[in-house]
Amino acid sequence: MNIGSFSFTRAPFFLLVGFLLVIGIVLTLHRHWMYEVPLVYGETQTIWSVEAKVEFNAHGGPVKVSMARPSAQDGFTVLKEAGASPGYGLNFMDGNEPRAEWTVRGAKGKQELFYRAEILVSQMQSGADLPPPAIDPVSWPEPYASAVNEVLAGAYATSADNYSLTRELLKRFQEDETAQHIELLRTHYADQLPELWVEMLHKARVPASVVYGLNLQDGRRRQNLMPLLRVWNGNDSQIFELPGEKSNASVLLAADTPLLLWEQRGAPVLDVTGGTDSSIRFSMLKREESTYANIAENLSSQHDFLNFSIHSLPVEEQAMFKTILLIPIGALIVCILRIIIGIRTSGTFMPVLIALAFIQTSLVTGLVGFLLVVATGLFIRGYLSRLNLLLVARITAVIITVIAIISIFSVLSYKLGLTEGLKITFFPMIILSWTIERMSILWEEEGGREVMVQGGGSLLTAVLAYWAMSDPWVRHLTFNFIGIQFIVLALVLLIGSYTGYRLLELKRFKAFGS
Amino acid sequence: MFTLPWRLERRGILGMNRRNISYISRYNPRRLYPLVDNKLKTKLLAQKAGITTPALIGTIQSQHDVSLLAELLRDVPGFAIKPAKGSGGKGILVLSRYDDTQYVKNSGTLVTLTELQRHVSNILSGLYSLGGSPDIAIIEELIEFDPQLGGYSFEGVPDIRVIVCRGYPVMAMMRLSTRSSDGKANLHQGAVGVGLDIATGRPLKAVQNGLSVERHPDTGRELSELVIPRWGQLLELAARCYEESGLGYLGTDMVLDRRYGPMLLELNARPGLTIQVANGCGLLPRLEIIDALSDADVARPAAERVELSRQWFCAESELRTETTL
Repeated sequence: MNIGSFSFTRAPFFLLVGFLLVIGIVLTLHRHWMYEVPLVYGETQTIWSVEAKVEFNAHGGPVKVSMARPSAQDGFTVLKEAGASPGYGLNFMDGNEPRAEWTVRGAKGKQELFYRAEILVSQMQSGADLPPPAIDPVSWPEPYASAVNEVLAGAYATSADNYSLTRELLKRFQEDETAQHIELLRTHYADQLPELWVEMLHKARVPASVVYGLNLQDGRRRQNLMPLLRVWNGNDSQIFELPGEKSNASVLLAADTPLLLWEQRGAPVLDVTGGTDSSIRFSMLKREESTYANIAENLSSQHDFLNFSIHSLPVEEQAMFKTILLIPIGALIVCILRIIIGIRTSGTFMPVLIALAFIQTSLVTGLVGFLLVVATGLFIRGYLSRLNLLLVARITAVIITVIAIISIFSVLSYKLGLTEGLKITFFPMIILSWTIERMSILWEEEGGREVMVQGGGSLLTAVLAYWAMSDPWVRHLTFNFIGIQFIVLALVLLIGSYTGYRLLELKRFKAFGS
Repeated sequence: MFTLPWRLERRGILGMNRRNISYISRYNPRRLYPLVDNKLKTKLLAQKAGITTPALIGTIQSQHDVSLLAELLRDVPGFAIKPAKGSGGKGILVLSRYDDTQYVKNSGTLVTLTELQRHVSNILSGLYSLGGSPDIAIIEELIEFDPQLGGYSFEGVPDIRVIVCRGYPVMAMMRLSTRSSDGKANLHQGAVGVGLDIATGRPLKAVQNGLSVERHPDTGRELSELVIPRWGQLLELAARCYEESGLGYLGTDMVLDRRYGPMLLELNARPGLTIQVANGCGLLPRLEIIDALSDADVARPAAERVELSRQWFCAESELRTETTL
């Protein structure tokens, strides 16, 4: 008998565990062999599933919806496309301006149309050369015309070609915000700055258009397109990011997210006739697959029962599942730490929720944010405990306090230029409030040491769970192989029947060791 | 820093996982937990079975009744307020009367009636109960602990924990509060744990914060001289809690009152493991003897079970003066 001893009296139990293990392994291998999904992370090509969801209110008459579709471009190939739209006729129009067109004789009320594209990341792919658009004559009323001329003349003087002119122009709008001309134009064309820049470039005889791109980030939902500037120099063209866009829409995005151009020509992204209040939102999801798997998937019918997997869900739900399927891994870590190691945490699965927040915020930001919020919360909770409040009201007060703290930290860090600080909002606030309440009671009853032990234990668990859950191998396996869930379940059952000593008990009872 | 698992195994140390699987979930049916997790239910059960418990002065069940507290305490010289569902001694306040609106703690701190009402209100809203569920406050008469135990405790009442497995007392320990435990009898807060021989009630070993001690750190009394009066009666009371509660793995907390003798304070369905450290020996060998007993053995009357336990579980004292005798 030693530390690894299990109680061997329950044959049905071990049968169940064995059964689960076998199912898990068989499902995993089946998916690996039949669908060529690689077990090893990295031997793959990256495929993005991007889903566009068009919503609008139809008036009752005929409806025509025309949406721009992405086409092959530098770094990306469109593998396949599909649309979902009950009752609508759907046509994909190719050519210079690839578009999807939905049409119906009569529709009334809220309508939802889906378009999904599988986009393969390939470094070899380069976009077709697009001819420059025609330059339309433009004019502005005074005093804007002279302001435009002034700014343009300055930018023209300090540039050599079309691209450098664009850079100089954008730089002026970014840096000289207080200059009189810029301020005048900024205020008057506040909503149409990209269009203004295109017109200004046209005025300087530079072919340019506003195009729309999508920042690809795994698991994002309800995203908007980002306007960009495309400028031609002969038949050659370049994409320019617009000043101001980066700091607003994509402030939370990592710096190196790939940019997919959704619309490359300057045509409208969405055009709805017969409806109003239209909007378009994007969800996206990254997955790693071998190229053969894609071909196989294209060939096979979609009704294969054993291919029963979350990959048949819409991208938006898949993105959600990508996170959900990681939770068992975090919970497994908690099981190991509590049952095998014997670490004490405050709240059993609180560390998993904190780890999920860490995934959104990145580890260091998350740790600093967590400690700041909990420390400040404990301080304020100390005052609340003197007010003689009833429990539920006190916790509500703590919740409001936590929200206030988070708001203040967000604003403060933003003002200081630390956009990382905004990520603090990813923390589950109710959980944080309960943590603060529990820690505070613990402090009063057991003293600061116990708070450190349990708080430290919780944080350690959260960090380990974070590491496990953010590991690309783990993410790859949990998302692509549903069988892993059965294996995790079997492991948890085994851990649940472990009757040996916990690691920390070897320390607790060390007096008996001699 | 760490010892090796097989060394603990050889000494028969019961670990947390084993306790949970092999004893608590095996012998304690979940539906019986409310009986022991609620001190009021335990008390009523004990009273019905003729097991002595501290007399009940009254209960406060709703926030509205908090204002009746002064009325309830009008003629009471001393009392203890407890949350019915509290655990680990949380939320227990022991007070003596000072004047109409003030009470005094053992430590000499004055507590006003308003503070007391706030404390009761906290109890009712579930501050001390498991999972924060609404609770009720119990007010009990003070225990006047046996003078033979004088000098063995700082401020608090020393209590005796007996682990009862299938009705047989298997291990016992006395918990003495100290200055550093703030008058509380919780070992992890710095109280002294004294292992007691099941056969005789004599002290075997004493520990504070995991280290062996010979004397009470505050009063300086030699712990080896500790004698528990009416030991047999106390064990029998503990053993009877098995029939009354139906729990096969039970921690009984007893006190010795000057007037009424051994009394039951509370029952615990998940008794801790530190008792092994205080006794200097593991629970497993003793529990295995009990595991092997037939149902007929378990059905014996409490007095017989105690007699058997006292024969089986006698131990040598590690305390110094005992060995010089």
